[in-house]
Amino acid sequence: MDLTIFNAVIAVVIAIAFAAANAAYLVLAERRGAGRIQRRPGPNVNLFGMLQPPCDGIKLMTKQLMIPGGADKALFMVAPVLAMAPAIMSFVTIPFSDTIVAHSMDIGVLMIFAFASLGGMSILLAGWGSRNKYGVMASVRAVSQNISYEVPMLITVITVVMMTGSMNLREITLSQAGGFWNWNIFPVSMADGNFMLQPLMPVSFLIFYICSLAETNRAPFDLGEAESELVAGFHTEYGSMGFGLFFMGEYANIVIGASLITILFLGGWDCPLGLYPGVWWFLLKIYLLIFSFIWIRWTFPRTTIYGLLNLSWKILIPISLFNLLLTAGLLKVF
Amino acid sequence: MMKNIIKQALTDLFPSPGTVAEELGVETAEDEVAENGKKKKAKKKEDPPRVNGVLERDHAQYGYDIDVQLEPGELLAAVMIIDKAGFFIESITGVDWIKEKQLEVIYDFSRYDFDPCRVVVRTRTPRENPGIPTISKIFAGANWHERETHDFFGIKFEGHPHLVPLLLPEDADFHPLLKDFKP
Amino acid sequence: MSGPISIQPGETFTLNVGPQHPATHGVLRVKMEMDGEYIVQAETVLGYIHRMHELMGENRTYPQVLPNLSRLDYLGAMGYTHGHVLAVERAASIEVPERAEYIRVLMVELNRISSHLFWFGAFVMDLGGFTPLMYAIQDREHILDLMEAVTGSRLTYCYFRFGGLYNDVDDDFIGAVRAVIPRLRKSLKKYAALVTGNIIFRKRLEDIGPISAEMCRKYGATGPVARGSGIDFDVRKNEPYSMYPEFDFDVPVYHECDSLARYKVRMDEMEQSLRIIEQGLDKLPDGPIMPKKKPKLIKPPKGDYYQAVETARGSFGIRIVSDGSKNAYRFKLRSPTYSNMHLFDEACQGMMIMDALAMMGSLDLVIPEIDR
Repeated sequence: MDLTIFNAVIAVVIAIAFAAANAAYLVLAERRGAGRIQRRPGPNVNLFGMLQPPCDGIKLMTKQLMIPGGADKALFMVAPVLAMAPAIMSFVTIPFSDTIVAHSMDIGVLMIFAFASLGGMSILLAGWGSRNKYGVMASVRAVSQNISYEVPMLITVITVVMMTGSMNLREITLSQAGGFWNWNIFPVSMADGNFMLQPLMPVSFLIFYICSLAETNRAPFDLGEAESELVAGFHTEYGSMGFGLFFMGEYANIVIGASLITILFLGGWDCPLGLYPGVWWFLLKIYLLIFSFIWIRWTFPRTTIYGLLNLSWKILIPISLFNLLLTAGLLKVF
Repeated sequence: MMKNIIKQALTDLFPSPGTVAEELGVETAEDEVAENGKKKKAKKKEDPPRVNGVLERDHAQYGYDIDVQLEPGELLAAVMIIDKAGFFIESITGVDWIKEKQLEVIYDFSRYDFDPCRVVVRTRTPRENPGIPTISKIFAGANWHERETHDFFGIKFEGHPHLVPLLLPEDADFHPLLKDFKP
Repeated sequence: MSGPISIQPGETFTLNVGPQHPATHGVLRVKMEMDGEYIVQAETVLGYIHRMHELMGENRTYPQVLPNLSRLDYLGAMGYTHGHVLAVERAASIEVPERAEYIRVLMVELNRISSHLFWFGAFVMDLGGFTPLMYAIQDREHILDLMEAVTGSRLTYCYFRFGGLYNDVDDDFIGAVRAVIPRLRKSLKKYAALVTGNIIFRKRLEDIGPISAEMCRKYGATGPVARGSGIDFDVRKNEPYSMYPEFDFDVPVYHECDSLARYKVRMDEMEQSLRIIEQGLDKLPDGPIMPKKKPKLIKPPKGDYYQAVETARGSFGIRIVSDGSKNAYRFKLRSPTYSNMHLFDEACQGMMIMDALAMMGSLDLVIPEIDR
């Protein structure tokens, strides 16, 4: 669905604005959610805390940006930008509904994962550029975590792409239209009149969910910013807006992760009963998923680095590879 | 009972058996009378120094069972006996007896099992050039205790692997718990 | 999990954990030689909060030292002041009325629970679970409110006096304590379900930080650290003092020697303290809280006296060497965390830093107590 250049620019700007607004207000949602889980209110002054994110933004922007002496200035300054920019750019190709997408690309899936890998590099630059032993240790951990969890994620996505036959996010969603029994999370699907049985689809969903948690460095996989051990991990030396950009990048990644899960497995903008599909179903689904992310973060402690890597290499990858072979075989059959 | 076993083992260390040490508390009644009276400090007789040996103490009054006083040279042998008997090291500390010009080092050992016996080992060394062999080869926990005693009193523990200040700053050359310490 | 120990010189780097660090719970510095994530050697540097309480004990009269004791381990201050007053009462042969002793035991056990609750919250926070800290602190508030009503302080108590107490407890307090006990029991069950049964938590602690019983003996470790290694040593049972022989309670001992065992010991200890409190409330006799004949000036006879008590962290010992005057000649404090911390340097060799910090949390360190 190509628009004229002017409309395309407007669409991109709106996508970016959506990403930024989400990144800002998700912080508030997380703090309120954390508060309720911990039996306390969370920020609730000034209109239920709605003024908190703008105040935080103003505070971060007006603080002095300190660069540690001896730090590599170029790497130090580039890293936060590299954390934030790819996340926001990925929003361009996510379809919010049948007609609302900034620019629907035929290789949408590939593009999003390409940008996600760039995010991993930003952690490495941040840790190394800060000239801080804690930062280096944390970034080494975080990078090994990121690359380990990209593998099962991509294998699972290949499974879905094989079943759908296209990498275009909009078409993947359209193939699940018509009610929740068509969604990719369920083993039986009747898309386009073809009967398809794939018993391990819920397992794929679970693997993809866990990998999203790990890719976005959320607890229980938040070794990169393990507060109690490595002070603040790879962003120890970042003050004001550098820290702000990392933060916003993390939340933008969360929104993208939730959107991907929705699109690939939960039917995107599809209504559960197939009646009134629309953008509000999409938003409802991603916000429910984000609430589950927040819930998990404040409930579980952190895993160890070897537990984390073992989970990825010894458990998730074999299962997802088996899943891939099974899907290929079943596609031949049906 | 462990108390008797260890008392026997430690008494065997001393060549002349049957030494009777002076009870430290014997002078108490006379001291109190003297002080409650008209400040007869000048006439108060000094306690005779305690003779090396093993004493059994009343736990309810003192808090420990066996009280051993020995020379620094006999320290290692006594501590090895105590280690073989399965005691754990509780603490090591010092006392500055400035009037007698001696520094005393007190070792506390106790037991984990239900046969309670607390053994206190004391040894004295002159105030100038104090030196005592270290027991950190036998009890690894003595490492920090001896460093702390060195910090506070200036006692050199010969053979200690790393006798640098523990609680005081690294460049401290003063010893606060000596009685003639002026801050 | 032990890692590579054979490394070339120049391949390790020095990492300073502390003195300002979220995990060390106080000003403690551990200089670690690291090979990647593995610790080759660790050296603890103390003295950042050394205030020389022992010299203060020599420069003050016995009653003037009373507030000092609660500044040592501020989380479990009742136990320390208990040790001090028992030592001086033993030295000066002061009688204590029964009611005062029962109330002392009650207060010490309540304090033990509040100390363990705080340790629990901070420990799980170290491992990454931020929520149990909030729950634990909220539960602890109930106990602190009770203590404040009687003693006037929330944290650094100076409630005991030589011979008894300075303020009696009334029926309101007893009713309030009875009301708090079922609430705490419910919380303990919730922690068992939320934290102890969690697979991630167990994987973080099982087989992490092994401390053998022989190592405990060589270093003199006591308290939950020793009880997690299979040593059945609790001063309240092995060398009974105060009113503890009258109470019926168990001492939890686990033999696995890892951090999970130490964790379980402390969780069980909270339950046992609740039992003691219940029995204490039932048995509380009437009577005075200070003895009739109390010496105006406390001057213990010459000699040295030792008293050991079981605090939340282990066996706290206090030695008073007296020369008959109104100041102590030598005032020695034997803090349990000092001996427990000493283990760390040797035990953490070859571990990963995450595991070493988990083990440090399981040792339950309060740094002012180490440095005194």
